[in-house]
Amino acid sequence: MGMVKILNGSEAAATGARLCRVQVVAAYPITPQSKIPETLAKYVETGQMQAEFIRVESEHSALTVCISASTVGARAFTATAANGLAYMHEQLHWAAGARLPIVLALANRGLGAPWTIFNDMQDSISQRDTGWMQVYCRDNQEILDSIIMAYRIAEQIHVPMMVCFDGFVLSHTSMPVEIPEQSEVDRYLPPYEPHIPIHGSEPINVNPVMLAEPRANAQGELCPSYMGFRLRLQEALQDAGETILTAAEEFYQVFGRDYRHFVWEYRNDDAEIVLLTMGSLANEAALAVDILRDRGCRAAVVALRLFRPFPAEELRRALENAKHVVVFDKNVSYGLEGATCTETKAALFDGGLHPVVTNYIVGLGGKNVDVADLTEATLQAVQGKNRSDGPIWLGVAV
Amino acid sequence: MATNVLQLPEEEYILPGTRSCSGCGLALAYRHILKALGQKTILTIPASCLTVLHGLYPSTSVKLSNINTAFATTAASASGIVAALKALGKTDFTVVGVAGDGGTYDIGIQALSAAAERNTDFIYICYDNEGYMNTGTQRSSATPMGAFTTTTPTTKLEHKKDMLAIMEAHGIPYIASASAAYPLDLYDKVKKAKTIRGTRFILVNVPCSPGWGFPTRDVVKLGKLAIDTAMCVLHEVEDGVFRLTGRSRAMARSSKKKPVADYLKMQGRFRHIDAEHIDLLQEWLDQRWTRYVARHQLCEGGAEASKAGE
Repeated sequence: MGMVKILNGSEAAATGARLCRVQVVAAYPITPQSKIPETLAKYVETGQMQAEFIRVESEHSALTVCISASTVGARAFTATAANGLAYMHEQLHWAAGARLPIVLALANRGLGAPWTIFNDMQDSISQRDTGWMQVYCRDNQEILDSIIMAYRIAEQIHVPMMVCFDGFVLSHTSMPVEIPEQSEVDRYLPPYEPHIPIHGSEPINVNPVMLAEPRANAQGELCPSYMGFRLRLQEALQDAGETILTAAEEFYQVFGRDYRHFVWEYRNDDAEIVLLTMGSLANEAALAVDILRDRGCRAAVVALRLFRPFPAEELRRALENAKHVVVFDKNVSYGLEGATCTETKAALFDGGLHPVVTNYIVGLGGKNVDVADLTEATLQAVQGKNRSDGPIWLGVAV
Repeated sequence: MATNVLQLPEEEYILPGTRSCSGCGLALAYRHILKALGQKTILTIPASCLTVLHGLYPSTSVKLSNINTAFATTAASASGIVAALKALGKTDFTVVGVAGDGGTYDIGIQALSAAAERNTDFIYICYDNEGYMNTGTQRSSATPMGAFTTTTPTTKLEHKKDMLAIMEAHGIPYIASASAAYPLDLYDKVKKAKTIRGTRFILVNVPCSPGWGFPTRDVVKLGKLAIDTAMCVLHEVEDGVFRLTGRSRAMARSSKKKPVADYLKMQGRFRHIDAEHIDLLQEWLDQRWTRYVARHQLCEGGAEASKAGE
């Protein structure tokens, strides 16, 4: 049985990495992530953690260190936010293309310009097409638990995973977190076995230049070329669901906390109105739902925990009785709408479901979103007010 | 003692048949670099001519483990390899990053400077063909003044960046410059670097026939002429002590140096350099050479004085 400590989100992330016996940490400071590498540096220097900590000069190098370390066979971890994640962009593609099970903790923050240090999800949503898995956490316990599960999943299917949580809202907010016993984590998470071992006697050339067509290898077998490898990455993500659920099931058996779902639902048994969102905003939405229920609205929250791979089937099931879906996005795909909204609509379309979908863009750059905003916005959407060709920007003076 | 040709290991780590251009200065240099490094080496190589030499999946022409890496990342990639080997308790590998001048002087300098500041335990080898030759002869900050490239069609107006001085400013334990035209000197420098711990930096001048515009048969001749005109100066800085080596040391002793015009006229890339710029280049070379010789004599004199005092 673990012990309960009061931790902020960054400490929860660092504790998760320590419990996973991460062997190489490389990180560069950026608000609101800095407390994660600071905490890990302290663990390493005080001997609480056996790891190589590389104090790199940039996020681009941070992820590169993780890529090479992971290739050689070490469990690697990094953390960043906002412009730091954008600076990693090239290497995010590389890590996924090289099929390396790196875990990255992301304290979500809005991107400059204009500068903000505060929270939204534009950073990670902008990286959704890099081939990484993405989970979004509602609270600090989920951050710690997700990092442990992330290694388990990533190392089974050889796909890196980003554990995202709202900057400041979670990274700087302290709450009780149960810290598992090291022995339990060891039981849950076996040591990392690299899929391309490097040793001196059998030299290999990892990730060389690729041709457009398949080529015969030394044994005369045709090997898929660039596009073939990319197809395999797509298949790995498409088929990841079972691995993720198994990891969650065993996590539940060992630690007793339940993540056996891709979406988090609140009062969704008989709901006609669904507030759909991600991350810590789901907790605010739950409070809004309580108020809406008191006013006689059959409302519920459906929050995406997993964003890549996108859990279309589970989302459809969660929305099959909804007449109105009100999507609150802390990101925007400029020229269209919030990314969660677009993807939800695509999932609904594929399932022949046609609820009324309203999209609100909320909370960009740390703009406060309170329960009253969510309640009022939902009521207006359901009543057919606020009709708009595009998404509605909540709380911005026009 | 300097290695002679009969003492070179017979083991070849580059197989016959690479994808490098005919008469490639890099291929010649790399063959000897790998002989000096030996089997227990992990290489990391960014986008460059060397990626092409290493070959296309699933075949490779090089018999050493290599992790290909993105253009800007050679030294960071090496840092990750070093860290992982340490974490895994594997202590018998030499980690070596090999990048071109574009990947070193330009896009890779940030990661390289950071790794050197951390004194990461690896060898960084930059092969300098004085431009982005893999992408079709664009200018880099290693391109000499007066050279034509496809992005300096009226020739480059700036002198090449002094990468060796930049690396020296980091205070790393070993820095050397070498040339593909003097493979034994190069071999000895890599061998020596292998015995030193911390960040070691070796700059290798590699003539590039298609990029510089000279007949492939002249690769060694041109490499030697680069030394004779002091366009490339062979030297070492070991624990802060500077000394000229090989042909460059002989030149300092004999005070003989050929005019740079001899070097320029052999190459198509300098076809459009005018007399005024040749003079400017010569002046720049002379000043740099004088500084090198003075530093060499200072250190050599110092070393002799300290020996006399023993």
